Amino acid sequence: MYETTYHRAESVENAVALLGGADDPKILSGGQTLLPTMKQRLAAPSDLIDVSRIADMHGICEDGNAISIGAATTHAEVAGSDLVKARIPGLAKLAGGIGDPAVRHMGTLGGSIANNDPAADYPSALVALNATISTTKRKLSAEEFFTGMFETALDEDEIVLSVSFPVAEKSAYAKYPNPASRYAMAGVFVARHGDGTVRVAVTGAGQNGVFRSAEMEAALAANFTPEAVAGISVDADGLLSDIHGSNAYRANLVTVMAKRAVAAAG
Amino acid sequence: MGVEGIGARARRKEDKRFITGKGKYTDDMTVPGMGYAAFVRSPHAHAKIVSIDASAALDMPGVDAVLTGEQLVGDGIGNLICGWMIHSKDGSPMNMGAWRALEPEIVRHVGQAVAVVVADTAAQAKDAAEAVMVEYEELDAVIDPVAALEEGAPQLHPEAPNNLIYDWEIGHEAAANAAFDSAAHVTTMEIHNNRLAPNPMEPRAALAVYDTAEEHYTLYTTSQNPHVARLVLSAFYNVAPEHKLRVIAPDVGGGFGSKIYIYPEEMVCLWASKRVGRPVKWVCDRTEAFLTDAHGRDHRSVAEMALDADHNITGLRVKTVANLGAYMSLFSSSVPTYLYATLLSGQYNIPAIHANVKAVYTNTVPVDAYRGAGRPEATYLLERMMETAAREIGMDPAEFRRKNFIRSFPHQTPVIMCYDAGDYDTTLDAAMKAIDYAGFPARKAEAASRGKLRGIGFSCYIEACGIAPSAAVGSLGAGVGLWESAEVRVNPVGTIEVLTGSHSHGQGHETTFAQLISERFGLDMDAVSIVHGDTDKVQFGMGTYGSRSGAVGMSAIVKALDKVEAKAKKIAAHLMEAAEGDIQIEGGELKVAGTDKKLSFTEVALAAYTAHNLPEGMEPGLKEGAFYDPTNFTFPAGTYICEVEVDPETGKTEIIDFVAADDFGKIINPMIVEGQVHGGLTQGIGQALLENATYDDSGQLITASYMDYCMPRADDLPAQFQLSTHETLCPGNPLGMKGCGEAGAIGSPPAVINAITDAIENNALDMPATPEKVWQLCRAQMKMAAE
Repeated sequence: MYETTYHRAESVENAVALLGGADDPKILSGGQTLLPTMKQRLAAPSDLIDVSRIADMHGICEDGNAISIGAATTHAEVAGSDLVKARIPGLAKLAGGIGDPAVRHMGTLGGSIANNDPAADYPSALVALNATISTTKRKLSAEEFFTGMFETALDEDEIVLSVSFPVAEKSAYAKYPNPASRYAMAGVFVARHGDGTVRVAVTGAGQNGVFRSAEMEAALAANFTPEAVAGISVDADGLLSDIHGSNAYRANLVTVMAKRAVAAAG
Repeated sequence: MGVEGIGARARRKEDKRFITGKGKYTDDMTVPGMGYAAFVRSPHAHAKIVSIDASAALDMPGVDAVLTGEQLVGDGIGNLICGWMIHSKDGSPMNMGAWRALEPEIVRHVGQAVAVVVADTAAQAKDAAEAVMVEYEELDAVIDPVAALEEGAPQLHPEAPNNLIYDWEIGHEAAANAAFDSAAHVTTMEIHNNRLAPNPMEPRAALAVYDTAEEHYTLYTTSQNPHVARLVLSAFYNVAPEHKLRVIAPDVGGGFGSKIYIYPEEMVCLWASKRVGRPVKWVCDRTEAFLTDAHGRDHRSVAEMALDADHNITGLRVKTVANLGAYMSLFSSSVPTYLYATLLSGQYNIPAIHANVKAVYTNTVPVDAYRGAGRPEATYLLERMMETAAREIGMDPAEFRRKNFIRSFPHQTPVIMCYDAGDYDTTLDAAMKAIDYAGFPARKAEAASRGKLRGIGFSCYIEACGIAPSAAVGSLGAGVGLWESAEVRVNPVGTIEVLTGSHSHGQGHETTFAQLISERFGLDMDAVSIVHGDTDKVQFGMGTYGSRSGAVGMSAIVKALDKVEAKAKKIAAHLMEAAEGDIQIEGGELKVAGTDKKLSFTEVALAAYTAHNLPEGMEPGLKEGAFYDPTNFTFPAGTYICEVEVDPETGKTEIIDFVAADDFGKIINPMIVEGQVHGGLTQGIGQALLENATYDDSGQLITASYMDYCMPRADDLPAQFQLSTHETLCPGNPLGMKGCGEAGAIGSPPAVINAITDAIENNALDMPATPEKVWQLCRAQMKMAAE
């Protein structure tokens, strides 16, 4: 690791001020990706601004027909939340399957979505549940927020504060993990909303990060059963291909995981 | 702890310090004035070094020195050696290229060290290493060992034309050919054995201290064999004469073979400690470990098996290309030859065998022994052939094996080995019973109702352990003898220290070795200490690898104990005025048989040291040493059966059940044996399903972290392994031990792959059986069925 300066932000305002005053800062919110990257000398921020202790960025609460989760809330807290388990069980299950116990007790919702790893689990839940992201500057829909592989709509000096997840009628997540990293090779989050619409969001497989399958969504809106998606393939051309799986294999996994997610949603 | 004898499930004495974080590893060692080394490594697989400019690095804070290969060669430091001479079939010695600890001219694999920085802190050293400017002129690289032999391939070493190190053979070609000429059935397969990165939990490390007053070096290092390290560093690398060099291998966190060898980094630290004038520490990071620890396996083979009309095996022909990487590591030459092809007869009566092995240079990190070393490659090849041949002739795979089992001992194979003892029917029967072989069709049908493909696969392995008789290995080209030494020191108060040339890096010697002494004298386990891993304490030893510490290391202890016991009995007989033959040792006391006369072991020990009243002419003291050189290898064997379910939608394999029935000869501590088998099976399952060290065509290692190199984890394994052991004693050593350290890794890969190919009814599968590969085969199979 290269030398860096660590700051523990006391408040959101304090974090914003620290961000503005540093040369080449990075926000630290759990550090489960950033710290290993720094240890390998692949990232060298001048300053680390740790937002994980800011009280306003923590917690899970009901907000009308939505669940609002603070950006610094850990995956373990989301996975263990009775509220999340009762209202959006697919989200609790997703959080409980991220990384391993050590990662889940350090890693946070805000840290994960701001990094937007194309194989991360959370982006699929945000897109399928049509979540709203609140930042220090504005509110964004999930689809506005995720703009490409490791890319988001966030400005350099903008911090994610919370995410509001509308409660879906049914939702579930199924992922096929990369055998080595245990990130998603294909993760599919399926949500049927109160208005009868269905969203299917895929992570781990797309070259540009999370994406929706309009064909699967239409099929499921008409018939919310695993059989409805069994014959639908996503186009392999836009999918990732690496030593763990070709794009054709990932395309197959998307269909299989979609089927299993629908089955799990019941 | 009490008295714990042979066969007791004694808890490991060493675990208290390991579990509480109090182990002392090389990186825990700190000496005053210590500097830190960081290596400048090649980013290219093959390139000429045009220039090295260290000026910017030397100006950086805390930097003491930047040393290069030119200085190393100028100081007379010798090239790295390979300690086993192999001759090609035409009689010519192997073609070995020069390997320098810091390369001054041409780098031949990514990660090869070209310079070292010594600085006040590890971070400063790493920063400065990045600032050393090396100009390279890139050369074409070759990664694939078969391509490396082709005409026009990039050439690595002028000493090895066509990158061929040796073209070696074993067995009788004419006899094998004759078997094929008259065969009723021939099974032919192309078989690859995938390349593995060893990944011990503790990466390599070194701390070198030079004492200017004494002109003496001390090297703390992660070694499985510190005496061999000292010998090689002295005799070949000219670092220091043996009496001026102390090598200490303190607690070592796993090795699996990768810490047998003397690597460039450890040697450079020693050299630099004198040149720079301060102690130098280096600790390998995980990426460096992937790039520079010797890898394992990497064979490409074509095998043919001849059967007669009665389903007897009549011949075996094997051609193997072994990738040895860019340089010949310490024992690399022996692995694909005498540790591999000598085991190709397996548990079977095969009258004629011929094997040809070509060892090849490529632009990859050196390949050397890794848990099993040659024997997993032999077992995988033979056991896949056995399963495939059985399927081709329509015979039950267990019955086909049983039909060809060797049943009379000693048995001379056509490939050097003479098996001394074994009972292969018993382990096959035990494994089949444990897995409920008869119930398999019902389980397969039940799995099919859930959409899963269930398969079962066998592996009847044999291996050669306890390497080995010095004269025998010497005649085959080994540069060292492979005996072991022991010294038993009884202290005046009756406690005992055992000095051993074996080295524990996870094996539990502090417990199992102490059990021998505890049983022999009836002493508490806490009264015994096992001393190892320091060349200043233990006079000499050959170290731990090849499952040799029990069969060879403990046999040396037994020999020394015999001498101690004889002397103690003489003293006791003298003191109690009894005949020596009437003295019995029981419960920590020396008793005169048939009387109530007795002395405690402590009293006898004290008498030996006070020396007030010893038998006439006897020297004081109670300390004896022994060297033990075995007369043969030992031959552990057994049957492994694996049962899997494949999800045809994803290609994911789940191991439902795994049965291991092993014959390890005499077992000292069943719990430790079970741990060894669990670990070995896990590594074998890792090789079969998950692990694959992969270079791209340009020679970049693309599996250089755990994000891409897939180690087995608990959820990749069955809920439990079903283990059993069946004892036929090894006639070659006093306790009848065979060894258990590698069997799991040797026997398990073919059982797993045979089970998968049975499940998917498609045999075109190479390791690792990744989900995508298996899914592709399932699809192909479904397509074929549909047509």
